[in-house]
Amino acid sequence: MKFSKTIELAIASIRSNKMRSFLTMLGIIIGVAAVIILVSVMDGITGQVSDVFEGFGTNNITVSITSRGSTRRVEPDNLYELIDENSHLFLYCSPKVTATVNIKSPNSSETSYASVTGIDETYDEIDLLSTTQGRFLQFVDIEKMLKVCVIGTYYEQEYYDRGKAVGQKIKLNGDPYTIIGVLEEQSDSSEGSADQCIYIPYTLASKLSRNASIGSYVVSMKDSNRIEEAKAVLEMKLTEILGSSDFYNITATQEILDEMNSIMDTLKGALILIAGISLLVGGIGIMNIMLVSVTERTKEIGIRKSLGAKKKHIMQQFVIEAATVSGIGGLLGILLGGLVAYVIGIIMSITVIPSVSAVIVAFSVSVGIGIIFGYLPAKNAATLNPIDALRFE
Amino acid sequence: MNQNTNSAPLVEFQNIYKIYQTGDVEVRALDGVSFSIYKGEFVAIIGQSGSGKSTCMNIIGCLDVPTEGTYLLNGDDVSRLTDDEQAEIRNKTLGFIFQQYNLLPKLTNLDNVKLPLLYKGLRESEQEELAMDALRRVGVLDKAYHKPSQLSGGQQQRISIARALAGSPSIILADEPTGALDSKTSKEVIDFLIELNKQGNTIILITHDNTIAARAKRVIRVHDGRIIFDGMAMEDEIIKSTLSAHIKKEAEE
Ligand SMILES: Nc1ncnc2c1ncn2[C@@H]1O[C@H](COP(=O)(O)OP(=O)(O)OP(=O)(O)O)[C@@H](O)[C@H]1O
Ligand SMILES: [Mg+2]
Repeated sequence: MKFSKTIELAIASIRSNKMRSFLTMLGIIIGVAAVIILVSVMDGITGQVSDVFEGFGTNNITVSITSRGSTRRVEPDNLYELIDENSHLFLYCSPKVTATVNIKSPNSSETSYASVTGIDETYDEIDLLSTTQGRFLQFVDIEKMLKVCVIGTYYEQEYYDRGKAVGQKIKLNGDPYTIIGVLEEQSDSSEGSADQCIYIPYTLASKLSRNASIGSYVVSMKDSNRIEEAKAVLEMKLTEILGSSDFYNITATQEILDEMNSIMDTLKGALILIAGISLLVGGIGIMNIMLVSVTERTKEIGIRKSLGAKKKHIMQQFVIEAATVSGIGGLLGILLGGLVAYVIGIIMSITVIPSVSAVIVAFSVSVGIGIIFGYLPAKNAATLNPIDALRFE
Repeated sequence: MNQNTNSAPLVEFQNIYKIYQTGDVEVRALDGVSFSIYKGEFVAIIGQSGSGKSTCMNIIGCLDVPTEGTYLLNGDDVSRLTDDEQAEIRNKTLGFIFQQYNLLPKLTNLDNVKLPLLYKGLRESEQEELAMDALRRVGVLDKAYHKPSQLSGGQQQRISIARALAGSPSIILADEPTGALDSKTSKEVIDFLIELNKQGNTIILITHDNTIAARAKRVIRVHDGRIIFDGMAMEDEIIKSTLSAHIKKEAEE
């Protein structure tokens, strides 16, 4: 049979048996939809999480002090000394103090809340920040507690004309701060993105935060392969200062990222296994229906053979038919999966883009399943004895 | 007996047996049958129900194989051929006309007629041309794009004749082609087969109707799997008596 003709006939037979065909395809539809949903949503989540971590610097270790209020405290100089002593392990260290402040729009009387981050002059190296206008904080700003700040592009676009922010004053909790630099855009300058940020000297921020001592530090490593060593050095020092290992936490960005990736991979593996089982079941469903179809059409096979159809002709016909059924199932699965993934994306507010490769793989796999599981029934049909097939009623 | 014994036979049965074993019962559908059919002949195989006619035709048509004996088609021993080689013979050498037409209901009449041409590996345009030509020859060209179920029995049989003709086979095998038709349509079909024979086609017709067999040049009469007569139709005693009874009856009316 001519290829397109066979597909045409297969589609006609699918349409004449809508319910049966649908049930046959269901396994494939669910399997393919599951794969598409999974891959798109997982990619969306992974993409979002990596974005967050990438802006964070993967070579960093965060130290949080949990014993604030106790008499023992960690001073910035403690850690600066440690970094200097262990320059083979560490590059930089900066306190990191966050505080929520009132911020007043320069154009209107509106005030809103903003989160400011207090850091030292090395933080741009640690967090991989760079300014597009003006400069980053410098040692004197910290030392002299100058009321200066570096802002993200969100505030620049929100409050100022393009290129006019540097030199302006912005009021934080009523105090005017001079803008000395604008950071390079990291995300899309929208509200809530990494671009909504204000950096000020930590010496000022710790006052604004109304905490007596500095709650966290970020340390950047020279070599991310020596995480364990670096952590051990930090732990020893901190335990010595604070008296117990219960009063602080050390987390390496890389470790979190690794752990998360491995969880994601395991999850992905498990879900793909389930999808695979569904596809297998779908394939068996197709094999079953094709076996029924061969029996139902024994007479037709006999007629075709009497007219000179060879084994390959009959094989082709049934394999193409099985592949058409599963291929259509695959297409429906892709549509369903795409739709569900899109809805999930909206609900979870993540960017879900069904990857072209996932769609191509899903479609090929479903057609492949049709061919594999259609093979046995087709072989049965092709090896029928012509006279027995012709006599069959 | 045979007009052209000097050329090789198209179909040659050498002591053919077809034995069915059902439980303890052994049915000899063909019980030592030998005959030869030459190019251009019109042979009627006649006999009562269960005498072995269809069995005979299925073997001639390479749809079935004999239990014993040798069947030579165009001088080739068919039992030595693979399934696909037999399929090729069915496709190129034989054209079947069945009692129940055996058209594929989901295909249009045109597509039905095109099937043997498709298996022959012809190009689409050639298939179309030959199939339309065959439909025209049997007078149902206007039904090309209908489905078989939209036609009368006689028209369906014409489609199946067109399908048998389309690939210009050397032999046309017809098993009770008029079995499901009224006498007028039956006559038309037989007339058409006679016409085809005049054009040089070899025709093997299976029937249990003596008046139809009488129109063939040659008759092979089988009974219980054996040949009891093989010769000119008009020399067969049963046909002679049937025809004279017919003439008497018509005279009386
Ligand atoms: N597949 C089979 N299994 C067992 N016996 C069979 C089979 N096919 C045919 N027979 C037997 O072989 C004998 C000849 O059958 P065949 O079909 O050749 O008869 P026929 O002459 O064509 O009869 P009819 O005019 O009714 O079509 C019958 O007795 C039949 O019962
Ligand atoms: Mg019969």
